[in-house]
Amino acid sequence: MATVDLDNIKKRFGNTEVIKGVSLSVQDGEFIVIVGPSGCGKSTLLRMVAGLETISEGELRINGQRANEREPMDRDIAMVFQNYALYPHMSVAQNMGYGLKIAGLPKPEIAAKVAEAAKLLQLTDLLDRKPKQLSGGQRQRVAMGRAIVRAPSVFLFDEPLSNLDAKLRVQMRLEIRELQSKLGITSLYVTHDQVEAMTMADRMIVMNAGVAEQIGTPLDVYERPETLFAAQFIGSPSMNVIEAEARDGMLHFADITLPAPSGITGPVMLGVRPEHLAPDPEGPIEMQVLLAEPLGANTLLHGRLTSGAGFTASLPGVHRVAPGEGALRLSIEAGNMHLFDAKTGRRIG
Amino acid sequence: MAREVTGMVERRGMGLWFTHLLMIAGVLVIFFPIWLAFVASTVTQPEIVQPPMPLWPGDRFIENYTAALFSGVNVPVLTMLANSMVMAIGIAVGKIVISLLSAFAIVYFRFPGRNIFFWLIFLTLMLPVEVRIVPTYEVIAGFGMLNSYSGLIFPLIASATATFLFRQFFLTVPDELAEAARVDGARPMRFFWDILLPMSRTNIAALFVILFIYGWNQYLWPLLITTDPSMNTIVMGIKQMFPSGDDVADWPVIMATSILAMVPPVVVVISMQKLFIRGLVDSEK
Amino acid sequence: MEKRVTFKGWLLPLCLIAPQVVISAVFFFYPAGQAVWQSLFIPDPFGLSSRFVGLGNFEYLLGDPYYRSAFVTTAIFSTLVTLTAMVPALFLAVLADRLVKSAGVYRTLLIWPYAVAPAVAGVLWLFMFNTRVGVVAWYLGQLGYDWNHVLNEGEAMGLVVVASSWGRISYNFLFFFAALQAVPRSIIEAAAIDGARFWRRFFTIVLPLLSPTTFFLLVVNVVYAFFETFGVIHTITSGGPQQATTILVYKVFSDGFVGQDLGSSAAQSVILLVVVGLLTVVQFKFVEKRVHY
Repeated sequence: MATVDLDNIKKRFGNTEVIKGVSLSVQDGEFIVIVGPSGCGKSTLLRMVAGLETISEGELRINGQRANEREPMDRDIAMVFQNYALYPHMSVAQNMGYGLKIAGLPKPEIAAKVAEAAKLLQLTDLLDRKPKQLSGGQRQRVAMGRAIVRAPSVFLFDEPLSNLDAKLRVQMRLEIRELQSKLGITSLYVTHDQVEAMTMADRMIVMNAGVAEQIGTPLDVYERPETLFAAQFIGSPSMNVIEAEARDGMLHFADITLPAPSGITGPVMLGVRPEHLAPDPEGPIEMQVLLAEPLGANTLLHGRLTSGAGFTASLPGVHRVAPGEGALRLSIEAGNMHLFDAKTGRRIG
Repeated sequence: MAREVTGMVERRGMGLWFTHLLMIAGVLVIFFPIWLAFVASTVTQPEIVQPPMPLWPGDRFIENYTAALFSGVNVPVLTMLANSMVMAIGIAVGKIVISLLSAFAIVYFRFPGRNIFFWLIFLTLMLPVEVRIVPTYEVIAGFGMLNSYSGLIFPLIASATATFLFRQFFLTVPDELAEAARVDGARPMRFFWDILLPMSRTNIAALFVILFIYGWNQYLWPLLITTDPSMNTIVMGIKQMFPSGDDVADWPVIMATSILAMVPPVVVVISMQKLFIRGLVDSEK
Repeated sequence: MEKRVTFKGWLLPLCLIAPQVVISAVFFFYPAGQAVWQSLFIPDPFGLSSRFVGLGNFEYLLGDPYYRSAFVTTAIFSTLVTLTAMVPALFLAVLADRLVKSAGVYRTLLIWPYAVAPAVAGVLWLFMFNTRVGVVAWYLGQLGYDWNHVLNEGEAMGLVVVASSWGRISYNFLFFFAALQAVPRSIIEAAAIDGARFWRRFFTIVLPLLSPTTFFLLVVNVVYAFFETFGVIHTITSGGPQQATTILVYKVFSDGFVGQDLGSSAAQSVILLVVVGLLTVVQFKFVEKRVHY
């Protein structure tokens, strides 16, 4: 059981700074998801916690103890890799017990711990198999088993589900979360998939270009994105963003005028989530519908505003649109509008 | 590599038999020297020196091979076989061991001088011992290693082919395996021993076959440094069995020795055919 | 290509690499350096001292008709060996490729000679063509052809070429066969649909597709003929008659060990070093890059 503290952690490769100072305090037993597009530095951050990359600057504390210089094995962590990294020549049982074997535990004890973990993961019948005789989902479980056998203080997951097909991914997502809360082990989980982040995280870090754009609970991030990037990265379909001008307490864009929060003037970015739009014959927003994607529970309507900007609305239920039906009027509640500074992308209201 | 046999581009009937016939003829021609040597090793000396010699084996198999193995001409062939065995296995094992270690160092560590060592080792890639025989001979003589196994073995393991191969293989091993091992608490040598070595099994075996044959078939080097007949290897010892001057060679014994000289490498190649072909095509390409 | 993961420390890797570095230094770099160094001196007849002659040994060598003829001999020899080893191998591989079911059996039968040492191959062929007991020589005699490679230079060359090529046929066969098996079936079928008959298909489609393998084998066989045929020549002809089969490597040996002319032998080693270097460059640049379809 452990806390993990990142204190202004930076990483440089040569002269390029790829992690530009990330700070985070992870509570004991918390499940943290680090999410962002590829190349944003999320894996590097995780690998620094694991001890697989050196930390260029800043301090990492595990259970309050500085851990920057410790070897991976001395950090009391376990890691699940994207490609599982199972030793191909070892059986499932040997794979899971390897860390304990190195730690010098007696054989019966290793066998007992492996058996216990195998039972937990429903791997008991597969213990004698080699990794190549297993399906993707089974390999994933073995990788998990290898991690939990050692009863570490911290679990690290590096995109563990990205090699699985969509259906299995949903199932394993639940299993991992269930297991983690059962064991109560502090976890850091890296993914590029915002759905995984939303569904699994106690708190998430949205990363972009080496910077933590926002740290918060999934609903925090969804309801009050701190930056334009976080706003667009989280939520599906992604948020509509429109350039607008605030003056005299009103927002102007295209030929549309909406009431603006007080005290804001000048150019802003207006963010509107597609699911917050409602059809309203009196609504201020007019959209030319070009394409409808019926998903069953809801319908996505893609089109253009009169200014020509692309715009998407997600309406509940089935919404039949005849081709060339033309204009659709929409309204939005004032509380569901997000305003960002046009230059910095930071939230202003 | 299995392919579907049927199809319009396959020849059938007469053509197929003709192809078989040509193939069999080719195999027979290729095989003939070996067959003739075997026949000669089973007949008497008079039968050979009165040409033409028979083309079908005689009844002197046991006598001729016993004579070769236990008396030979200068030294019993058994001794030469043992020497060849030590040399071939010494070269194969020695080269594999030092290559595994240096390839591991080059691929998995960053250390001062790494690039220099890398290039020094790879400079040795293609220069056969034949090209530098005189100075190498002097080195061996200076160390007092003439007529010794170490003198036979060491100069022939000073080449980087195996290092190059293992380096190529190590580079294909996923990075995550080493990381997982680190997280599991394995220190470098533990990782090498528990993970890398078992994963290299097939490569090691294939290389062993190739190096064994390479070592077994050496001729010039043993010829130079083994002046004592009891240190002769079988491949170079055959030539020593021919008398100088006009004396008639003891053909049955010489041919029995030739057959004996072929048996170990042929057995190794045939029994490990798949591995060997893989190793050959991998190592040379 | 570099690994992302590296272990820390410098002492361990230095220890790991030490055996190879030490062995290479003692048995490779030092002798190679010595060869270069010695090539600049002429030892006196008693071997007590030596005189610096600069490039004198090289000048002498290049002016020496024997050395120049060894160069020509080597060129002829390696050309013939390469052809004799490759053409039958390709032919056999094409045949085997058509006999899908039994190809494995033929392959097993054809591998044998590869395992036979060149020196042993020399003894086998010497036995067949021995002027006194050789069965092939005898039958040739019956046909009215008086075979005598001990005296006839052309026959001596022919014999060492055949004996040297024999084992290589197996080797080349393995490579050609593997390459033929890798030719996509659909290409052959497309050509057949286009109306090309077997040999037409072979020369216009298959052979060009084999070009990387062919070029690779060309270089490898030349290297083989240059450096690894010593055993064949030593057992069959000892370089004779009249140096007709004295190739460069054989001359390094005979001048250095038989003739005890160390300066000249060393200079020859250096020249061979350059030849090997060139062949290596050819192999890496030409074979690796250009000849890929």
